[in-house]
Amino acid sequence: MSGLPLVGGRGPGDILAWRPQGPVSVARYCADALALAAALPPGRYIVNLCEDRYHYAVLLAACALSGRVSLQPSSQSEATLRQLACTYAGALAVTDASTPLPAELPAHPLPALQELAGQPGADVPHIAPDTLVAILFTSGSTGMPQPHAKTWGKLVANGRAEAQALGLLDAPHTLVGTVPAQHSYGFESTFLLALHGGCSFWSGKPFYPQDLADALAAVPHPAMVVTTPYHLASVLASGVALPPVARWLSATAPLDVPLAAQAEAATGAPVHEIYGSTESSQLATRRTAAGAEWTLMPGVRLEQQGDTTWASGGHVEGRVALADILALHEDGRFTLQGRHADMVNLAGKRTSLAYLNHQLRTIPGVQDGAFFLPDEEEAARAGRLVAFAVAPAGERAALLAALRTRIDPIFMPRPLVLVEAIARNATGKIARSTLEALHERWIRNAR
Amino acid sequence: MTTTSIDTLRSEVAALIVEALNLDVQPQGIDPQAPLYGDGLGLDSIDMLEIALVVSKRYGFQLKSDNENNQQIFASLQALTEHIAAHRTQ
Repeated sequence: MSGLPLVGGRGPGDILAWRPQGPVSVARYCADALALAAALPPGRYIVNLCEDRYHYAVLLAACALSGRVSLQPSSQSEATLRQLACTYAGALAVTDASTPLPAELPAHPLPALQELAGQPGADVPHIAPDTLVAILFTSGSTGMPQPHAKTWGKLVANGRAEAQALGLLDAPHTLVGTVPAQHSYGFESTFLLALHGGCSFWSGKPFYPQDLADALAAVPHPAMVVTTPYHLASVLASGVALPPVARWLSATAPLDVPLAAQAEAATGAPVHEIYGSTESSQLATRRTAAGAEWTLMPGVRLEQQGDTTWASGGHVEGRVALADILALHEDGRFTLQGRHADMVNLAGKRTSLAYLNHQLRTIPGVQDGAFFLPDEEEAARAGRLVAFAVAPAGERAALLAALRTRIDPIFMPRPLVLVEAIARNATGKIARSTLEALHERWIRNAR
Repeated sequence: MTTTSIDTLRSEVAALIVEALNLDVQPQGIDPQAPLYGDGLGLDSIDMLEIALVVSKRYGFQLKSDNENNQQIFASLQALTEHIAAHRTQ
């Protein structure tokens, strides 16, 4: 049979997913995907909004098996969804019951899988490696989401490379993810890692610490928790008693070494991190407490020109410039030196200050505006953005409401400060020192 | 719980949220019926995790998102207060 299998390296009776209703075999998953593929309305583009990870997985496979493409925007703001509707003619959102239907796109509720009653066959279906399966998005600086196309062959290689890098191929784990399957990290580390890395996944998305404890109690062990620094810190601070965790996986923001060490001491489980981006896919791993160096995943290459690093090879689609400044070492490992100044990465969402500024400045009534990420020491809360706006007739609440329809909630400014003017230098740019001064003045006035 | 004690608890919860999240609003300025998430107070998922932490420390119980429905507990200050009143152990 030509192509690469939907699920690799396992028999039809092996378990792929764990749901509150019970385990789901590879054969059942394939049957559900084929049945859904036949039941989907016509159209090439599907925005997969399913929150249940099993629903997500069935819908993605149904798309791939029927020549449809899964669109996975990094934000579900009204502006982003409208943009998708304009760019991808006929795009349709498919949701499971708990997700509200978006007004900006035609929407279709996910049919009940047990009613589709797909019959498990003897074979796992195959998909041609060059099939376009998913498009992930980053926010472009001008307000247009930038598409990043992912083909089946690269995605299969991606799942295998991660499993190999983490040593999971011979030691399958149950994956419990606090991150959504739609975003690149969750997509790779809870979905691809299950399909092609020999693991199985929990269908839920535990949010609060107690949810995580409940999920871990419901799945077979060993279990790997796929999470973020925010969730990890919150679980440790809560003091909730957790069932055994075999391993923690973190990504989306840098993990502090003390937090990683604390997690290892409290749970006896190693904490690993993933480095990557939506553009490049994941590239490297490290055990945070063991040192700052990252080890590249199998097949991935890095090369440098000036202070720009390019990734290629292995499962990377093409040749991708990275947003970080890297120092490459002779043994093939690397360390992170910093980030190109414009990028902001909060709680798993990445954007650029240029994008946020563009959104702010194009709100009617706003004459000028700029976002600002304070240094950790002076920020009241780590990672929260501040924005300054010149809007003589503007009311702050109205500006915030307008902004909220344009950007992801995580990037909403805390606070949005109305000012009389923002000084620009001779080249028309706003210097960081200008924003720092405005911020200091605001802190003084607020206290 | 009596109306008065719910009102007292609601003021306390409002103050707790403002302090924990360093919001630039007055606790008494939060509309008890307005959504905390999105359009109302504009909180996001990180805020909800932080609120969950302070609530568990202050009121002695863990928030859970049955059916992933965070929106229900955080539908409004009033809804959160009633949830706390019904589940608090201290």
